[in-house]
Amino acid sequence: MTKEQKRGGVPLPLTHVDGTVPTLIKTRKRDEWQPRIVAFFCNWCTYTAADLAGVSRMKYAPNARVIRVMCSGRVDPQFILEAFAKGADGVLMGGCHPGDCHYSEGNYKALRRAKLLKRFLKDMCVEEDRFRLEWISGAEGEKVKLVIDEMVEKVRKLGPLNLPGRFADWDSEISVLEEKICAKEEKEGAAHHG
Amino acid sequence: MNLNDKISDKAPARIGFYICHCGTNIAGALDVPAVRDYVAKMPGVIVARDYKYMCSDPGQELLGKDITEHKLNRIVVASCSPLLHENTFRKALEKAGLNPFYFQMVNIREHVAWVHTDKPGATRKAKDLCSAAVRRVKFHKFLEKKKVPYHPDVLVVGAGIAGIQAALTMANAGKKVYLVEREPSIGGHMAMFDKTFPTLDCAACILTPKMSAVKSHPNITLWTYSEVAKTEGSAGNFKVTVKRKPRYVKEELCVGCNDCIDNCVFKEPKFADEFNMGLGKRKPVYMPFPQATPHVALIDAETCLHFKTGKCKQSCAEACDRKAIDFNQKEEIKEIQVGTLLLATGFEVFDAAKDPYYGYGVHPGVYTSLEIERLVNASGPTNGEIVLRDGRKPKSVGIIHCVGSRDAKTNKWCSRVCCMYSLKLAHLIKEHTGAEVYNFYIDMRTPGKMYEEFYDRLLEEGVHFVRGRVSEVSDFAMSPEEEGKLILRAEDTLAGFVRRVPVDMVVLSTGLTPKKDSQTVARLFNIGRSPEGFFQERHPKLAPVNTFTDGIFIAGCCQGPKDIPDTVAQAGAAAAEALALIDKAYIELEPDTAFVVEDTCSGCKSCVPLCPYTAVSFDEVKKKAVINETLCKGCGTCVAACPSGSIKQNLFEDEQIFSEIEGVLTND
Repeated sequence: MTKEQKRGGVPLPLTHVDGTVPTLIKTRKRDEWQPRIVAFFCNWCTYTAADLAGVSRMKYAPNARVIRVMCSGRVDPQFILEAFAKGADGVLMGGCHPGDCHYSEGNYKALRRAKLLKRFLKDMCVEEDRFRLEWISGAEGEKVKLVIDEMVEKVRKLGPLNLPGRFADWDSEISVLEEKICAKEEKEGAAHHG
Repeated sequence: MNLNDKISDKAPARIGFYICHCGTNIAGALDVPAVRDYVAKMPGVIVARDYKYMCSDPGQELLGKDITEHKLNRIVVASCSPLLHENTFRKALEKAGLNPFYFQMVNIREHVAWVHTDKPGATRKAKDLCSAAVRRVKFHKFLEKKKVPYHPDVLVVGAGIAGIQAALTMANAGKKVYLVEREPSIGGHMAMFDKTFPTLDCAACILTPKMSAVKSHPNITLWTYSEVAKTEGSAGNFKVTVKRKPRYVKEELCVGCNDCIDNCVFKEPKFADEFNMGLGKRKPVYMPFPQATPHVALIDAETCLHFKTGKCKQSCAEACDRKAIDFNQKEEIKEIQVGTLLLATGFEVFDAAKDPYYGYGVHPGVYTSLEIERLVNASGPTNGEIVLRDGRKPKSVGIIHCVGSRDAKTNKWCSRVCCMYSLKLAHLIKEHTGAEVYNFYIDMRTPGKMYEEFYDRLLEEGVHFVRGRVSEVSDFAMSPEEEGKLILRAEDTLAGFVRRVPVDMVVLSTGLTPKKDSQTVARLFNIGRSPEGFFQERHPKLAPVNTFTDGIFIAGCCQGPKDIPDTVAQAGAAAAEALALIDKAYIELEPDTAFVVEDTCSGCKSCVPLCPYTAVSFDEVKKKAVINETLCKGCGTCVAACPSGSIKQNLFEDEQIFSEIEGVLTND
């Protein structure tokens, strides 16, 4: 059985419609799998809180990878989608509490985008627990620990999202369909001409 | 930007990677050589090294040497938080002739080594983060810090001892200082105290000279009975709106002769006196306290007959020779331009009624420590006599420590001053009344110069000390000697049994808490708060008077409970930090501002309303968005919102973040 069959995909050559081979991002075997969480933390509150958690030697799961931005308002929904597309199992976004934003209201913009994105992710069959927006102030080191641990556990229960793999499967499904349609059209065309 | 710089943006990246051991801080928690070797294999990496302390001089020199020798044009350092050492390394790059922004820092100490126990997991995380930085740094561009002039004037908010000290220090250094105080007089809590521990020198004697110095200082503009309503701008250029409440007495005319007070239609003082904690009475027109600075009377509109009924004969105004009373005075709005803000907004005393088992507000014999301060004070409501509300002199007094401190039910923190002021009050009560004084404490905390010696003195004076937290104060007598007394019940943890101590007077040593409006004030100035509500310092040890907002400093108990010596020291430190900024005369801004790529901007105006600083505008001629670089604070909200990706943020460009996302996800 091929790897693709194990995943429940279609055992066909993995090619794009145009014939090129998609760049597959290697996925780990299930038993070795560890949730990978990409975290976008704002510089002033949540990143500082994560620093505080460090200084206070709080211990939490090593699954989140923090990307620093100046404000949660900088987080383009594309960043989150890109993270999922590149293999993240969860995305966490951290900003200052409402009213405490270093830039007055960037976090409100972040909230607005996050709400819309959540609906979009739902439609894409990405489970709700895989994306989380949290307000964590610079003094809440403990909350960084709690939120990351909780999220890692939830994502662990959900299992790998493996969007890169799914994309490959979808691509191959489409190419099968395309082939079928092309073959049918050719046949019909031949019959018509004949 | 010259041509060479543009070339170096485009030139193939030659990356130097450095991973710091930080002694054993990092090296003990993850496999440093493994991370180094992993990164060494990445494309573009010319040098990959590990070093014991990258931030040390030899560490920085190593970096500089490599830049010259290997013609490196990008540097990644994996060590501690960029909030700590980013500038150190940027300077090292600059010293080696490389633009400081061709640099990316990886936080593998606070975010990895210190928080994970799983070594392989931590190593994997460190590899991911380093890989992200190496990918990202390739997209870094030549940038320059912008210098803007720094306004030399200072606003100090709060005129307790901290604000007074800071204002005087800066004014003496020749800076123009605005000092704003919410109350009608400056002095804060210190003005309410009778004596100060451990020296027992009179609080007024040491404070009032400073208060008058503030009033008469040519460089200080003092606005009492005023509050900051709004702040705009940033370090070096704040625009502050101050609201001056009407005191209905013209400050410039009043000489503080008290004629108005003597001639008020209320012949006797009738209303609770705030300064004396309600133990004394005042008239609607009053002087807050004898040494009030400015020495100007004020009228309380809430109680004044003129404002309540409009039918007062205004005898106070008639009595005033200088025609200082003005019933039509209106709130005044002042707008000032300053470069630095120094907050010294102080604390609030714990509300003793929140611990109902001590019977504050129920038993008249229960007082708070601040009330006793006023009772002991010669200018207080009883002229320095310690008497109960019924006029009796107490024969026995119980002092309960840690009310609203070190208590999981109320406040967890130790308020630091209560043990010492309880000792002081015990001494003063004994001295004034000869009463038996019982201190109920959890631990005696007397750290400070001559503090422990003061405790020893009290032990010798015959004050009783019972180690144990009082469980309740009641008037339920169980024996004839308890009749008519307040009974303190506590487990004496040294003797090992429960004591019942009957006393005439109970003093609650209430702790220090953040001001009730500390959140509003923190938001007004855009600074952070600790979980308990005190203002958050930038670093608990190394930047105790700085905040996360440049140009804003904190001093005194608004940052956390502390005694007068510490407050004064901190106020001096805050003033010195402020002076350092002011005397530099300019401030360098992080070049993380946003800019519009005109070629692709469609002129949709999505970005324009998003900017909280109105930095984004629309050019009607070109039909393009324009960003004013000096107004932009670099949050990047407009960047994330641009539908055509035509706004970019320096240091946080899309390519840079996308490559980071890729970096943290594409490794084994």
